[in-house]
Amino acid sequence: MFPKGTKRKFSDSGEDPVCSGVQGPSASSAAARTLSSSYSLQRQSLLDMSLIKLQLCHMLVEPNLCRSVLIANTVRQIQEEMTQDGTWQIMTQALAAAQCPADRLVATEVLCRQTDAAAQAGQSPKPFSVSDLEEGYHSEEVVMDGDVETEVTMSSLSPVSPQLSSASYLAGPFGVAPCWEEEEEEGDCEEDEEEDSEECVSEGEEGEQDHLRADSRTGEQVFGTFEIKHPAPPPDPALEELFSDVDPSYYDLDTVLTGMQSTPKMGPYDLLESLSSHGPTALSSTSSCRSDLNELDHIMEIIVGS
Amino acid sequence: SKTQPHRRGEYNVYSTFQSHEPEFDYLKSLEIEEKINKIKWLPQQNAAYFLLSTNDKTVKLWKISERDKRPEGYNLKDEDGRFRDPSTITTLRVPVLQPMDLMVEATARRVFSNAHTYHINSISVNSDLQTFISTDDLRVNLWNLEITDRSFNIVDIKPANMEELTEVITSAEFHPQQCHTFAYTSSKGCIRLCDMRQAALCDKHCKYFEEPEDPSTRSFFSEIISSISDVKFSHNGRYLMTRDYLTVKVWDLQMENKPLETYQVHDYLRGKLCSLYENDCIFDKFECVWNGSDSVIMTGSYNNFFRMFDRNTKRDVTLEASRENSKPRAILKPRKVCVGGKRRKDEISVDSLDFSKKILHTTWHPHENIIAVAATNNLYIFQDKVN
Repeated sequence: MFPKGTKRKFSDSGEDPVCSGVQGPSASSAAARTLSSSYSLQRQSLLDMSLIKLQLCHMLVEPNLCRSVLIANTVRQIQEEMTQDGTWQIMTQALAAAQCPADRLVATEVLCRQTDAAAQAGQSPKPFSVSDLEEGYHSEEVVMDGDVETEVTMSSLSPVSPQLSSASYLAGPFGVAPCWEEEEEEGDCEEDEEEDSEECVSEGEEGEQDHLRADSRTGEQVFGTFEIKHPAPPPDPALEELFSDVDPSYYDLDTVLTGMQSTPKMGPYDLLESLSSHGPTALSSTSSCRSDLNELDHIMEIIVGS
Repeated sequence: SKTQPHRRGEYNVYSTFQSHEPEFDYLKSLEIEEKINKIKWLPQQNAAYFLLSTNDKTVKLWKISERDKRPEGYNLKDEDGRFRDPSTITTLRVPVLQPMDLMVEATARRVFSNAHTYHINSISVNSDLQTFISTDDLRVNLWNLEITDRSFNIVDIKPANMEELTEVITSAEFHPQQCHTFAYTSSKGCIRLCDMRQAALCDKHCKYFEEPEDPSTRSFFSEIISSISDVKFSHNGRYLMTRDYLTVKVWDLQMENKPLETYQVHDYLRGKLCSLYENDCIFDKFECVWNGSDSVIMTGSYNNFFRMFDRNTKRDVTLEASRENSKPRAILKPRKVCVGGKRRKDEISVDSLDFSKKILHTTWHPHENIIAVAATNNLYIFQDKVN
């Protein structure tokens, strides 16, 4: 396997990072500088994979709760680590930069859903993307609960037409919105950081500098642009605080499972429609998700890379 | 019993019956699969056999009885069953029981339904033979075998806010002798032992078993592979065994901070966790089982392999359940997975393993050295070599 000295998060030493073909350096190009790029890529692809799994498993009418919880916990771990080493902010900046052709970008709602939004949407809560049905958004909302005043709703922009082509989620940078609470796992995260090679530590600092250098407004822009419900964008330094206050707004499984899904059979197909421009297809749409991701990566590369 | 047919190593199907049918829950617009998740036998109390079988939502009690005689010579009925005209009867006779071909009847005696919102993952019969528990992802319910319209919820880990859910119950089992004790396991790899005498709702465990995580092997998959897929008390009631993705652990009920023994089932998969996560194999739920004397434990793996560990000699063996490799009465050859570079002739490399051939269910006869192994569509029954 591996020599004892190296502490890797992924133990697939001889294997290509899974889904690496899907997720190019694109949005994480900045982040890649902060950590060994292979680790960062692997972590990113794991995040993407997990998000796909969560989405797909919620297309089943009755999701396997155990599996969902385990995948969700994995996503949270990744997100926490990314927040710790500053990759998260870099990602959001990259997203902001690529924000302009905004109709192409969709934030992923994985586990965050605001029940108010659902109520407003007038739709019965679906496991995954409430905003799917919300006024023709074909986006997946990432909503952070918590303080109502500082509510931020990230979704595709209002002017987006219902036919959001290739409205696949931008799995990478936005992965799971930072709506997980940063809990006691700080200890673990610190440990993880220590375990990273020295190279990573120094690069981490560099990354942070990048972050600080970046206009704090960019962060505002990100959320400001995304914010539909509340006009005042939160200040950037407070963003992390904002995130830490937020409840991990896990979709209301109980609601789903106890029958608040009034249109379950149609729901998954609607979601699929939002994921790929191919219209309703069979439930196993991993390949269409991937092709959409490829397409999106391509776009991101053009936007961010240039 | 050591009768001849028993030792010949060939088995015929005894009985087949449909336990559950697919159902449609109109309220939730959900189809409930008829797939059986667990079966548990009740200890035999009379000539009939009783078992509990469960799908995701409903537990059923089945009575399986044999009929090998039938009465013949009724006075009022013909042999065809048609009624005879009483005025034509001139003599009376006593019906006698005549042998007939063995018929096995399965009748559903109880249906325990509407108590689980989530998917049932285990059932366990109490040693009092009057009650049993059914367990889903978030709750454990206690039933009386005679009463189907009422069950008691004894464990509920559902958080007030479902958004805070990070842990689910994965299995539960009653203690084999203490009718007030049961254990349940979680997706975070911990075991809780509860005493039903303490409170109606067993929220507070009286023992909590968890092994601290080894920081050197920590990865993003650590939690998933620590999720316990099965728990079994030893027959003597002093130990319990848990199965997580890569290991089987034996715990002493008196020692909560770490397992007594840990056995590696297929540690060569540790380097493949990312792929196994991608193809969902990492979520496979393997069972584990004790032999009758609690000296050997067994569990399944991939490629139709299953593993046995002798707790006394510390020896282990990997065997394969497949047609190609086992003819009736042939002795199973131990298999080996090669992890290093050099592969010996009859070893198989990790990359050649077939992950679609998984042995999730295995069981061991309570007294004899006979095991049953389920390999996808085939059931294999193996027994000790007869000298």
